[in-house]
Amino acid sequence: VRSKHEDALPIVVCHGWPGSIVEQLKLIGRLSDPPAHGASASDAFHVVIPSMPGYGFSGKPTSTGWGPERIGRAWAELMGRLGYDHYVAQGGDWGAFVVDQMGLQAPEGLLAIHTNMPATVPSDVDKASLAGEPPPSGLAADERRAYEQLIRTYKQVEYARMMAARPQTLYGIADSPVGLAAWLLDHNDADGQPAAAVVSALDRATSATGELTRDEILDNITLYWLTNTGISASRLYREYKGGFFNAKGVSIPVAVTVFPGEQYQAPRSWAERAYPNLIYFNEVDRGGHFAAWEEPELFSAELRAAYRSLRTHERRSSS
Amino acid sequence: MTSTIETASETQPFRLEIPEEQMADLRRRIAATRWPSKELVPDRSQGVQLAMLRELARYWETDYDWRKTEEKLNALPQFTTEIDGLEIHFIHVTSPHKNAMPLIMTHGWPGSVIELLEVVGPLTDPTAHGGDAEDAFELVLPSLPGYGFSGEPTEVGWDLGRTARAWAELMHRLGYARYVAQGGDLGAIVTDVMGRQAPEGLLGIHMNLLVTTLGAATAPPGDSEEERAALEAIKTFTTSGFGYFLEQSTRPQTIGYALVDSPVALAAWMLDHDTDSYYKISRAFLDGEATGHLTRDRIVDNITLYWLTGTGASAARWYWELGQAQAKALAAGQAPPEVSLPVGFTTFPGEIFQAPRSWVEQSYPNLAYFNKVDRGGHFAAWEEPELFCDEVRAAFRSLRTNGGAS
Repeated sequence: VRSKHEDALPIVVCHGWPGSIVEQLKLIGRLSDPPAHGASASDAFHVVIPSMPGYGFSGKPTSTGWGPERIGRAWAELMGRLGYDHYVAQGGDWGAFVVDQMGLQAPEGLLAIHTNMPATVPSDVDKASLAGEPPPSGLAADERRAYEQLIRTYKQVEYARMMAARPQTLYGIADSPVGLAAWLLDHNDADGQPAAAVVSALDRATSATGELTRDEILDNITLYWLTNTGISASRLYREYKGGFFNAKGVSIPVAVTVFPGEQYQAPRSWAERAYPNLIYFNEVDRGGHFAAWEEPELFSAELRAAYRSLRTHERRSSS
Repeated sequence: MTSTIETASETQPFRLEIPEEQMADLRRRIAATRWPSKELVPDRSQGVQLAMLRELARYWETDYDWRKTEEKLNALPQFTTEIDGLEIHFIHVTSPHKNAMPLIMTHGWPGSVIELLEVVGPLTDPTAHGGDAEDAFELVLPSLPGYGFSGEPTEVGWDLGRTARAWAELMHRLGYARYVAQGGDLGAIVTDVMGRQAPEGLLGIHMNLLVTTLGAATAPPGDSEEERAALEAIKTFTTSGFGYFLEQSTRPQTIGYALVDSPVALAAWMLDHDTDSYYKISRAFLDGEATGHLTRDRIVDNITLYWLTGTGASAARWYWELGQAQAKALAAGQAPPEVSLPVGFTTFPGEIFQAPRSWVEQSYPNLAYFNKVDRGGHFAAWEEPELFCDEVRAAFRSLRTNGGAS
C-alpha cells in the first residue's frame, strides 16, 4: 500500500507462524497514513506485506531450500522490483528470522531492520538455556530473567520440534478444520500455551482500540484452511537449521522493541552486543508474541519512533 | 485396591458390533479427504509420504472389510471388568492343556490387541502349531486404559504404575495365583513396572524393548561395536523420529482433535513410528509385499480399531501420563526399585535399537533369558508370530521347571 505522503519510507513487514498477513492488516492505515491516526505525515511508510513461501496466497515450494535465508533474498528482490532504492524491514516470529537474515545479507538499499523477536542471546547463555543447564554466573537481573524465560519457552516448543522433524505427518491440519484450528491455536507466549492473548481474544467479539478479536483469530485460521497451507507452512521449520535466539552477527542498523509477552524480554545489554549498530531500543508495557496483531497502535508508534532517526539522516545525506 | 475387588469384581462378556452407519461414515470421510501437497523429499525424512498414504486410503475406502476382523475378534472370548474405576477390556483365552502358564501380554502404541492376535493360537494351543504341550499358556490380553475397547480415563493419574497395578488385579480376579507378563513398546514399560512392583503371584517377565535405556538420562556404558551401533540408533530416533513422542507427552489434546476427526490424519500419525516398520508398511501398500504378518489388512485393522473407538486423543494422553510420571520421579531423585524377578529379553533386529546383552544385564541383574534373533522389528509379535512365540516359550520355560505353574 503506497502512502500518499511524499518521502514515505518503504517498509517490508514479514509475518510468522502461526500467522499470516492477517496479523498485519491493522498496521496498514496507521503506517501509510499516519495523520489519519493522529501521527505525523513525516512518519509515513509505503507498506509491503508479503506472504512467506508456502503461506497464504504465495506459492507452495515444490523442492527444499526455501528457508529464511532465501526468503530474505526474495524480499530484497521484491522491494527492488517495486522500485524502492531505499527501504527498511520488520519482522516478528519467523519474520524476525527473515529480517535477521536480511540484516546479514545487507542487500543494497536496506537501511535497517526492526525486530520484535530479537536474536540477542550470548553464546554461553544460549548453550546453557538450550541444554537446560544453570545460567552462566555474573548475569544482571534482567539477563537472569531473560534466561529463565528462555528455559520456559524451550519447554513449550514441541509443536515446533514436530514440524521441524515430521511436517508431512500432520495430514490432520490439511483434512480437518478443527484439527487445523487446534494446531494453530496451541502456540505459546510468555503467559502460557496456548498464548494468553489469543485465548482471551476468543471471548472478544468487538474491539474499539484494535485489540484482537475472535473474528480475527478465525480469519487467520480460515486463511490457512482455504489455501490448504497448514503443511506447506510447517515445512519452514524443517528448512531452518540455525539457532533460535542466538546473536547472529548483524552489523547494519537495527531497531528493537521488547514486548513483555514475547518469548523472552531481550535485555538492552544483550541487544547492544548482538546488534552493534543498535539505533533504537525500547521496552514497552503491553503486547506479546503477536504484537502487531494485539497492539497495532503501540506497534505502529514503535515503528515510527524506531525509524525516525534514519529518515532525518537519510534526508540530510540525500539533500 | 481391596475395596475394588469387593465392590466391582464382576466381569462381563464383550462382543463387538459396529453399526454399519459408522463404517459408512468412515468411508465417506476417507473419500472426502483433503490432501496436502506432496512432501519435498524422496524418503520419509519429512514424514509419512503422500503416495503411500493415498494408496492406504484407497484400500481402506474401497477394498477393506472390517467385518472379517470383527468376526475374528468375536470368535475370541472377550470381557470387560471395572478396575479402579475404569472399564478394562480384555481377551481371555484358556488352554486345552493342563498346567498351562497364565500370561498377561500388553500391547503398545500405535498398537492394540490386533498386534497380538496371531500369537493367541500358538501360545494357548502349541500342539496345534508344532509346539509342545508343556509350553502352553493361558492368555490374557488387556487393552490399555484409553485404548481400544477399554474405557477412557476421565481424570489424570492413569499412569504406568496404576496400569501395572490394574493388571495384577485383573490376573488376581481371574483366579491366577501365579502368572508371568510380557510386553513390547508401552507394553514393555507396563511389564517393566510390574516387575518392579512384584505383585504376589508374578513369577517373571519378558520384554522386547529395552525401556530402561530408551528413557535414560545418561548413555549406557560400553564401547563395543554393538553398543556403539545401538547408541547411534537411539540418537537417530530421539533426534528425527521422536516428534510423535514429544507431541503426545506434552500436547495430546492439540493433536487429538485431528486424530478423532480425520481418518487419514489418524493413519498418518500412527504410521510415523520407527523407520523399520514404516518402510515395511510402505512396501505392503506400494509394492504389495507384506513383511511377515504385517499385511495391508492387519495394518488397516489396527488403524480402524483406533478410529471406531475414537481413541486417538485418549491413547496419546497415556504419553502425557508417562511424561508426568517421569518428571515426578526425576524431581524426587528416586531410582525405581530394581526388578528382582527373573527377566527374559529378546532383541529383534528391526527394533528402534538392538539392545546389546550388556545393557539388558545392566538394567536387569536377574536376567534369566536373553536372545538375539534374526528377523522381526518393533511389532515383533505381529510381524513374526512364530518366532515371537518361540521366544516367549523359551523365556519362561525355566520358570515352569522351577515349579512355577504346578
